[in-house]
Amino acid sequence: MTEWEPVVGLEIHVQLKTRTKMFCRCAAGFGGEPNTQTCPVCLAHPGALPVPNRTAVEWTIKLGLALGAEVAERAVFHRKNYFYPDNPKGYQISQYDEPLCVGGTLAVPGEEPFGVGFVRAHLEEDAAKTVHVGGGTGRKVGAERSLIDFNRGGTPLVEIVTRPDIHSAEQAERFLQLLRQTIVELGISDARMEEGTLRVDANVSVRPTGSDELRTRWELKNMNSFRFIGRGIDAAVRRQIELYEGGGSVEQHTYDYEPETDTLTPHRTKEEADDYRYFPEPDLVPLAPERELVERLRAGLPELPAARIARHAEAVGVADAWALVTTERDPAYSALVGEGVGEREAFNFAMNQPIPAGANFAELAKVVKAAKDLRREALTAAVGASADPDFAADTYLAQTAVSDTAELGPVIEAVLAANPGQVEAYKGGKEGLLGYFVGQVMKETSGKANPKVVNELLRERLTA
Amino acid sequence: MIDTLRLTAEELEGLLTRGEVSSQEVFEAYRAAIDERDGELHCFLRLHDGEGEGIPIALKDVIGTNGVETTAGSQILAGYVPVYDSTVAARCKARGLRLLGKTNTDEFAMGSSTENSAFGPSRNPWDPSRVPGGSGGGSAAAVAAGMTPWALGSDTGGSIKQPSALCGNVGLRPTYGTVSRYGIVAFASSLDQVGPVAKTVRDNAFLYSVIAGRDPADSTTVDLPPTEIPEAEDLKGLRIGVPVEMRDAPGIEPGVADAVARAVALCEELGAEVEECSLPRSVEYGLPCYYLIAPAEASSNLARYDGVRYGYRAAGDDLTEVYERTRDEGFGDEPKRRIMLGTYALSAGYYEAFYGKAQQVRTMIIREHAEVFERCDLIVSATSPTVAFEIGARADDPLAMYASDLLTIPSCMAGLPGLSIPCGLSEGLPVGLQLIGPQLSENTLFRAGHALERALEFDFVPERLQ
Repeated sequence: MTEWEPVVGLEIHVQLKTRTKMFCRCAAGFGGEPNTQTCPVCLAHPGALPVPNRTAVEWTIKLGLALGAEVAERAVFHRKNYFYPDNPKGYQISQYDEPLCVGGTLAVPGEEPFGVGFVRAHLEEDAAKTVHVGGGTGRKVGAERSLIDFNRGGTPLVEIVTRPDIHSAEQAERFLQLLRQTIVELGISDARMEEGTLRVDANVSVRPTGSDELRTRWELKNMNSFRFIGRGIDAAVRRQIELYEGGGSVEQHTYDYEPETDTLTPHRTKEEADDYRYFPEPDLVPLAPERELVERLRAGLPELPAARIARHAEAVGVADAWALVTTERDPAYSALVGEGVGEREAFNFAMNQPIPAGANFAELAKVVKAAKDLRREALTAAVGASADPDFAADTYLAQTAVSDTAELGPVIEAVLAANPGQVEAYKGGKEGLLGYFVGQVMKETSGKANPKVVNELLRERLTA
Repeated sequence: MIDTLRLTAEELEGLLTRGEVSSQEVFEAYRAAIDERDGELHCFLRLHDGEGEGIPIALKDVIGTNGVETTAGSQILAGYVPVYDSTVAARCKARGLRLLGKTNTDEFAMGSSTENSAFGPSRNPWDPSRVPGGSGGGSAAAVAAGMTPWALGSDTGGSIKQPSALCGNVGLRPTYGTVSRYGIVAFASSLDQVGPVAKTVRDNAFLYSVIAGRDPADSTTVDLPPTEIPEAEDLKGLRIGVPVEMRDAPGIEPGVADAVARAVALCEELGAEVEECSLPRSVEYGLPCYYLIAPAEASSNLARYDGVRYGYRAAGDDLTEVYERTRDEGFGDEPKRRIMLGTYALSAGYYEAFYGKAQQVRTMIIREHAEVFERCDLIVSATSPTVAFEIGARADDPLAMYASDLLTIPSCMAGLPGLSIPCGLSEGLPVGLQLIGPQLSENTLFRAGHALERALEFDFVPERLQ
């Protein structure tokens, strides 16, 4: 029986959040009445000429540097020719054989770390948005008519192409999560799949484990969340293995993943899409990023998510470090640790409490250290006030939780008496009900009880 | 009385400055000339009562004008009214130059006679049975017939120089990158340049100074030295080359060769050092190479005319049918021919052999010219191998028509400036002398052109209109 290994490469489109479009000075970005953010350039009027957006070029270089790519000394825009109503010039200005960024790798930390190499990252312009009206499905097939909104047309888009270095759906999701976090932290894109500012196509094939061949691949499109990308990859892998094991072969195809049915359906391709007749865009001169600029951008890069995960992994383990960084709680975590809070305690606190920006961590740390003795409401209030200029831990440290057995005893008795059925069930083995009793006691004491003490008392009482 | 046939823009400027005529009187005089002669010559596609207190001007209809229909001579743009001014139109406006109207052109500037205009050909003021050249025949003929003191044209492979030669006036194709292409209906982006057509070299230089200069809206434009309006009447210190392959090219009419030879002799009399030089590969491969690169770029530039957003739209049952019928009905034969050629040249499997190879040849042409300009300040040749030909004579023979640009194309491919000035008559029709210099040598071309113009004493008013 052959063991099969998935082989996956991704093509990722990232819409940059520059103020203006890639080749004209129209406002870029989400929103706006349809066809209000347009001009002769992005509507392809006769005679209109493109002028590259300098910020978009710099941001693409930044992204390339963050991914360890080489920034080309010369990058050329090409015309990609095809007819489609969302492509008003009849060509898209893209890059072809001389992209802005070449190579690079993203090391993905984890229990089983892996690396994903990049082929290239290049800059291009987005197409306009087509909205299909009528017919119910929102898709072109069966629609009564199609409307075009040119607001999105010409927005800067970075296309990132990975090497086929991904070998499971889970790896794809983790890689994308880390890449997305990196992009967001660079401040160059919101990278939201649900808004289309991040789009991912997957090239999927399988091969016998241990082999290094690259077999015929399927291209998967229209997956609008990381989870669906993972499920799409799984579906393609399953189907390809079935085909091979049934003695068949895999033909090159493009599919849409249908999350409702967990199946792949053939993607409808644009007509005459096979030969784009690329040639160098004569309206633009080649980009030649000055080395000084590249070095300045490199020096300005923040510490990247992958590096921070590696750094925190020593203290809290790689899974929790991952959680800290991808939820952007790690600055709060680090600040608390810096103020002497224990690493585990700081992790729990940073992950569970909505610490506001600008919090006074020196004072907050005092509260955290005393947290187990404080009333829950005091803790919540302290976190909420921690960014106030006059925030002082002392105000909250006095509000200790009730740990007095004499005071809590009668409340516990009353709660148990009121819930005889649950008590019976607990004794019958449903120990998960302990949390329910704790909750009831906290409610009765208006949150003033020390949950840890309540917990111990309840356990004693119920096992007695 | 304003003699529109004879007055130069410079002279008009003097009359206006001294208050001898009003700008309205000047404008009306040209309108009267148009009323009188354009019925026969058909230089204007439409007239316009522009704003401004300065000298009137006519613009080739590939030059976008805000609020004024701009068709590029094509049915597919009939009714298209730009919502913005091209940079050159805006610069003319800013100087107060008052728009008289838009002039006829071969469709999308593809042609050498204006016979490819969707709106009918223009005629040569020297002999209305003949073509005025093209594609900017409307502008050149309008200047020659006193219907505008000067005009702007656009030149991809000879569309300013060749009509100026055939109509007996002064046309400049500037160095690529000196004049903004923003707002110019594109034919072949790496070759298109806007330039002036005028009665004299000094007028031409002045109009060039109005339109030239870096434009942030056109990334391919460059900073350039200030334009000098020429005064010198000699050619002392200039080294002038005569490329033998252009002098001896097949198809040059004897009358044209004689007039050019006399002009070359005059160069020596005026103090220039004249010597033979050689551009063998540029002359041999320039034309075929041009007919790969220009159509390739055109096939892409003309893709936007799809009937979706503006211009002509044919009805169809689905998107593909709308595209196909719009483009079939909207484009004439010549754009279709070039779209087909260009699409083929760029297609997978053919790119390297055609477009890719043509780009290599283009680099070779650039180098060959650069070598010549190490020894020469400028080179001279005939602009057109022939004088104006009969309307219809080459209309059914695209290759014969393409050969009209044999001598103008090589320097266009090299991005170099070229000035055509009239240097005499052959069979009663004007002969053009082409002066070509290295990049940004416009001032040298103006200087040499002006000195020759003075010495040649060519009368730019067509005999039949005198």
